[in-house]
Amino acid sequence: MWSWVAHRVTGVLIFFFLFAHVLDTALVRVSPEAYNDVMGTYKNPLVGLLEAGLVAAVLFHAFNGLRVVLIDFWSQGPRYQRQLSYGVIAVSFLLFVPFVIRHLTIVFGH
Amino acid sequence: MATSTPVIQAPRNLASKSNFELYSWLFMRLSGVLLVFLVLAHLFVNLMLGDGIDGVDFAFVAGKWSSPFWQTWDLLMLWLAQLHGTNGLRTIINDYAERDGTRFWLKSLLYLASIVVIVLGTLVIFTFDPCIDPDSTLSVCQ
Repeated sequence: MWSWVAHRVTGVLIFFFLFAHVLDTALVRVSPEAYNDVMGTYKNPLVGLLEAGLVAAVLFHAFNGLRVVLIDFWSQGPRYQRQLSYGVIAVSFLLFVPFVIRHLTIVFGH
Repeated sequence: MATSTPVIQAPRNLASKSNFELYSWLFMRLSGVLLVFLVLAHLFVNLMLGDGIDGVDFAFVAGKWSSPFWQTWDLLMLWLAQLHGTNGLRTIINDYAERDGTRFWLKSLLYLASIVVIVLGTLVIFTFDPCIDPDSTLSVCQ
């Protein structure tokens, strides 16, 4: 139940970021300066923290999505759905820790 | 003994007898599995390798999109992610917006935004010119 809610919430969040991300990337067709200006925003510490949150949302959505696929297509999936939930949290966390250390070191390093 | 039959509300839309919902259900799973690889590798290459977010500027994009490999990667990721996200939001709108008019307008806005993102993103990838940067050191611009 909670992973179903979290999957929807993270999905909507990623959807709105994707919209903004395609628009900011489109600035490469305007000029190098316009694109570099907007990329400067992403290097700001506050936005850097939001990016870390976005990556956490992407990791959860990715691995919980694989869990949904296993529940739907693997014969043993429904039986192990709870264990798979713990796996989703564990794998997301294990990948998030090295990312957040590296990313925040860069973002707060200047 | 009198038995009462539970009243089950009819589905909101009886007009459609197509398999569209089955195919969109399947599409979410297939595109989702592909997107796990496409998006996580995208994040790893752009935010973990090199200088991370500090290294992302015009020259970085020019370096990537001078290669058909990354152009294809990003095009596939754009289309799959936008269609996956649009279908996800369509499901959410259908679940929570109860009035017909509200659903209609929210979905119209959603489809319009999706078309803008897919068309704009595709044009950007195909018409990108790495050499509009006068300081470019790429060999294709020499």
